Amino acid sequence: MIDLIYLAVFLPLLGFLINGIFGSKIKNVERSKIPFLGEKIIGLIGSGAIGIAFLIVIGAFFETLSLPADQRTNYVNLFTWMKVGALDVSFAYQVDQLSLIMALVVTGVGFIIHVYSIGYMHGDRSFWRFFAYLNLFIFAMMNLILADNFVLMFLGWEGVGLCSYLLIGFWYDKDFEKSTTSAAGLKAFVVNRIGDVGFLLGMFLIYLFFDSLKFSEVFSRAVSFDVPEHIFTLITLFLFIGAIGKSAQIPLYVWLPDAMAGPTPVSALIHAATMVTAGVYMVARTSVLYAMAPTTMMIVAVIGVFTAFFAATIGLVQNDIKKVLAYSTISQLGYMFLAMGAGAFSAGIFHLMTHAFFKALLFLGAGSIIHAMHEQQDIQHYGGLKKYLPITYGTFLVAAMAISGIPPLSGFFSKDEILWFSYTNLGFVFWLIGVLTAMMTAFYMFRLYFLTFDGKPRFDEKQTHPHESPKMMTVPLIVLAVLSAIGGFIGIPEIFSGAHGNAFHSWLSPIFKSANLKLSYFGAHSHFEEYLLMAISVAGALGGILGAAYIYLKRPSIAVNTVEKFKSIYTTLWNKYYVDEVYDATVINPIVNSSRSFLWKLFDNKIIDGLVNGMARSVGDVSALIRKLQTGIVQSYALVMMIGILLAMFWLILSF
Amino acid sequence: MQIQIEYYLILSAALFIIGVTGVLIRRNAIVVFMCIELMLNSANLTLITFSSYLGNSIGQLFVFFVMAVAAAEAAVGLAIIIALFRNKRTVNIDEINIFKW
Amino acid sequence: MENSLLLTYLLLIPFIGSIALLFIKAEKENLIRYFGLGISVIAFLLSLVIYFNFDPSNSSFQFVHKFKWIENLNINYFVGIDGMALLLLVLTTFLTPLTLISSWTSINKKVKEFTFFMLFLELGMLGVFVSLDLFLFYFFWEAMLIPMYFIIGIWGGQERIYAAVKFFIYTMAGSLVMLVAIIWLAIHASNYLGKFTTDLVELYSVAPLFDLSIQNYLFIAFALSFAIKVPLFPFHTWLPDAHVQAPTAGSVILAGVLLKMGTYGLLRYNLPLFPAASLHFASFMSTLAVIGIIYGALVAMVQTDMKKLVAYSSVAHLGFVVLGIFAMTQESMQGAIIQMINHGLSTGALFLLVGMLYERTHTREISYYGGIAKLVPVYSFFLLLVSLSSIGLPGLNGFVGEFLILLGSFKSTVLNSWWYTVFATTGVIFAAVYLLWMYKRVVFGKVVNPKLNDLTDLNKREIFVLVPIIIFIVWIGIYPGTFLNVSEKTSDKIIERVFEPPKVELK
Repeated sequence: MIDLIYLAVFLPLLGFLINGIFGSKIKNVERSKIPFLGEKIIGLIGSGAIGIAFLIVIGAFFETLSLPADQRTNYVNLFTWMKVGALDVSFAYQVDQLSLIMALVVTGVGFIIHVYSIGYMHGDRSFWRFFAYLNLFIFAMMNLILADNFVLMFLGWEGVGLCSYLLIGFWYDKDFEKSTTSAAGLKAFVVNRIGDVGFLLGMFLIYLFFDSLKFSEVFSRAVSFDVPEHIFTLITLFLFIGAIGKSAQIPLYVWLPDAMAGPTPVSALIHAATMVTAGVYMVARTSVLYAMAPTTMMIVAVIGVFTAFFAATIGLVQNDIKKVLAYSTISQLGYMFLAMGAGAFSAGIFHLMTHAFFKALLFLGAGSIIHAMHEQQDIQHYGGLKKYLPITYGTFLVAAMAISGIPPLSGFFSKDEILWFSYTNLGFVFWLIGVLTAMMTAFYMFRLYFLTFDGKPRFDEKQTHPHESPKMMTVPLIVLAVLSAIGGFIGIPEIFSGAHGNAFHSWLSPIFKSANLKLSYFGAHSHFEEYLLMAISVAGALGGILGAAYIYLKRPSIAVNTVEKFKSIYTTLWNKYYVDEVYDATVINPIVNSSRSFLWKLFDNKIIDGLVNGMARSVGDVSALIRKLQTGIVQSYALVMMIGILLAMFWLILSF
Repeated sequence: MQIQIEYYLILSAALFIIGVTGVLIRRNAIVVFMCIELMLNSANLTLITFSSYLGNSIGQLFVFFVMAVAAAEAAVGLAIIIALFRNKRTVNIDEINIFKW
Repeated sequence: MENSLLLTYLLLIPFIGSIALLFIKAEKENLIRYFGLGISVIAFLLSLVIYFNFDPSNSSFQFVHKFKWIENLNINYFVGIDGMALLLLVLTTFLTPLTLISSWTSINKKVKEFTFFMLFLELGMLGVFVSLDLFLFYFFWEAMLIPMYFIIGIWGGQERIYAAVKFFIYTMAGSLVMLVAIIWLAIHASNYLGKFTTDLVELYSVAPLFDLSIQNYLFIAFALSFAIKVPLFPFHTWLPDAHVQAPTAGSVILAGVLLKMGTYGLLRYNLPLFPAASLHFASFMSTLAVIGIIYGALVAMVQTDMKKLVAYSSVAHLGFVVLGIFAMTQESMQGAIIQMINHGLSTGALFLLVGMLYERTHTREISYYGGIAKLVPVYSFFLLLVSLSSIGLPGLNGFVGEFLILLGSFKSTVLNSWWYTVFATTGVIFAAVYLLWMYKRVVFGKVVNPKLNDLTDLNKREIFVLVPIIIFIVWIGIYPGTFLNVSEKTSDKIIERVFEPPKVELK
């Protein structure tokens, strides 16, 4: 099955092509007996392609598992892409422990979300286009994670950005907040591009110093070549800029909240579970380089923990259900980068995986709620939905508990591991901020939960009749809920599992071996410490939940009073620290305005073109002077001629 | 006794200068035209003078060419003047300045 | 020996075709259209024959054909191609029939003259790419201005006369400087060769021996002419005017092929003839190129006219090519050559698409449109794909060129600084901004303008024009090897000529 991995990449492309080219025709296929036959065929092609891809990845996974630990990296080479000078990149796929985990998550969660979308997008005018884009996204994402070189990874990297752009602006004629969905898409693409420039420059540096862009060659040369540390710092910093853009970290996170303009399954798949984690994956993939650059590691950790905290504070006050989830995604991604910065690469990947489960579930649940509430997204207008949406309610609760880190759900294991490593490898402060963030996470997730499902309905029950979503949507919710609940057991920390060790870590350890050798954190920490910290963080999460319960169920007045009391802080948070406005005022508007009024209208039209036309005009002016000599009177010409002849004669005579 | 060459040349120069002056100061196109003929004939005179003085007949040959050209020129030139007169009702060259800028 | 005549045949096809066209009655417009198309298709097929007979492993000029023209001055009719010229040759013969099809309905006055000028233009362009004699080259270089002048001046927009004259005089002024330089070069070379000649191959062997100061003057003269054609910042202002006023076919050819002549000239003449001067001016030219990349993008961003936007984007794209040329590494040189093709395809297609919209609404103002995705989905799809290719999305052609250029210029020892690449790379961001912003304003959103409601989607003929271009856009994006192989030896050879110039003593 490993050899067939390219099918897992190209089947989604095939699905994209079929649905993209014939979709509008298939859509109109109608047989009297089966309603919406066209939609069903399209949905079947779309999700079928991903489903088969998922099976192939599973097959490859088990085949890899059956190999000895040191032979688990395999390559599938398709064809040469660019071969110039020392550059030789191919469409070639690297199937190893890390890429398999990612591929499983992407195709697995991707498949579930595809199935969900058949229900969610039912009746949409551009049903076929949606599935075409989704399949294209999976294709790009698979290239990103399976690539055996930086350039192919970049193809996937930009490809997912494109799909994100297309899907955010999927309902291109809709308004979104102050602007339109297509504006949100454009913002996402451009901000991502800023990050991509970093990625590109990182690649150029790698090529300059290691003469290759193949992962295996670069990583072995990184260890063997004698390259100064500041070069590694530079390389990794540039790559990290790429990761910041894609994974929505400070200061390039601004696109992700706007990305919620897209259909909800898109938010679940792209802007929560898979694409935004590409940055984390990239850092993990290039862990060898990062391990050589301690400065960058520190920067990664600081940006990660700061983003986690910062996004969580904004999440506290948002009222749009998808916005809350978006900020929580940014915050969780911050955790993953904190893990990367702490050198706990496999812990970061672990959290990436569990996060994919519970965050996808949260978004799909949100989609189910929005569906039921007729596109209403404001949680102030929800309430008491428990009885209307029992399945959504149950699964949402599991996910909320998982993200809050309640044992033994998946989020607990992964988040706790990150906190533990940030304590041992980075220091107390990082841990403390992490725990505070975890508390806030628990608080705002349960604020969301209580305002939505508990309490009295705050909508007009006569006009709105919420109803549970169809099976097509609830079954995926249940599957994801199961995964969110038990997904953590594959990575039970050593203190619990004892001699077996952490299965997830030992699976990934060959990938991070050389990085970990370089890092080698020492420092003895007792089990007691670990238990203690764990207890504190669980207590913090529980505190957050209880606080939310107390405030939003018992005493809603507290929330109102707090808002009144700290009005300025509240409005700052509500307006997301005015970051968008600051960017507009300091970067975007100056560039656009100066381009328009100075570069174009003044410099180009007046100065450069003015010079050109001015030269032409000055020739004309001189000619205008000279032509005055042409009086048109023949006799004056004759006179001038005579004078000329006389002068010539004198000159001849004098020269003798 | 042969007439000295200088006399011929002085006469020719005088004719030429009269021609030039006529071209430059007269306003009637026909007079100007005649002055041009005068200049041509002064040149002819010079050619014949040298031809006879040097005993070389090529000079006289040239005169025939000049005369032929002058005849052709007179035909064309007079035609132009007549055409102009028909259009402008004048042959005063001060009033004929269609080449002016 | 049979082979050696192929290029001459290729030149003869549009030549004879354009002459034969004169004998068709002007009223038979459709016959004229089909005739012109037929001639250009035959030329394309012949260029394919040349392509398949070309040996990419051979670095010297192929299909060489030479006979004496002006014997006293040793000026010859001397043609031949290498890989780079071959690619541009095929691009030319590929785009010409497509532009003729695209103007099937948009050109409906003076069809005969139009077709004649298009064939004449093709002859001029092909001539530029195959000439191996400086005099012959100059002849074609100037000859090609004439049909373009008329195409802009007769079938153009409101300000067509101004644009046509500006285009003509501006490029002509540059070329005249080059003519002086050609003569000087040939005279100076006669000191070494013992005879006056404009034979490029012979000049290759002696021009690099000139003193640096002489090389510098010659370099400047040639480069000025080419820089105007490219157009390199700050010689670009004729381009927006010419593009906006030209009819679609003119814009496509202008962007697709004419601009490439400038960069082709740099590669064919400046670098191999004046290696020392090229190294001397490399940083200067690259600086202009990088300024052009950013400047072109920024100015493109704020345009209100779609064609002008695309025109300014050409300035940015060609900046990449010039940067690639003067970085003088294998990667960047190959990237520059492939980027020339890419730009011809992508920008050509963009102009075609803008032209198709213009034909329907008679305006190119971005603000006139909005929300047309719903009305013309097929059109929107093509515009998106072509825009993405122009932006340089991996998997499409633009990326391959830009990536190789940037990668190569980054490690260039000639430029010896990372800053060129760092600044040039930011152009990638602006490219996304200006094209996708335009796309957003034109295609997305609600339909605000009621006049748009009767907009019709692309018809079969228009799709037929676009599809071949799209095929190549994807082909180069995924498997550029086909094209990189062809030019590989050529770019190696050019680099070799720069870094290891011939060393021969004075005769």
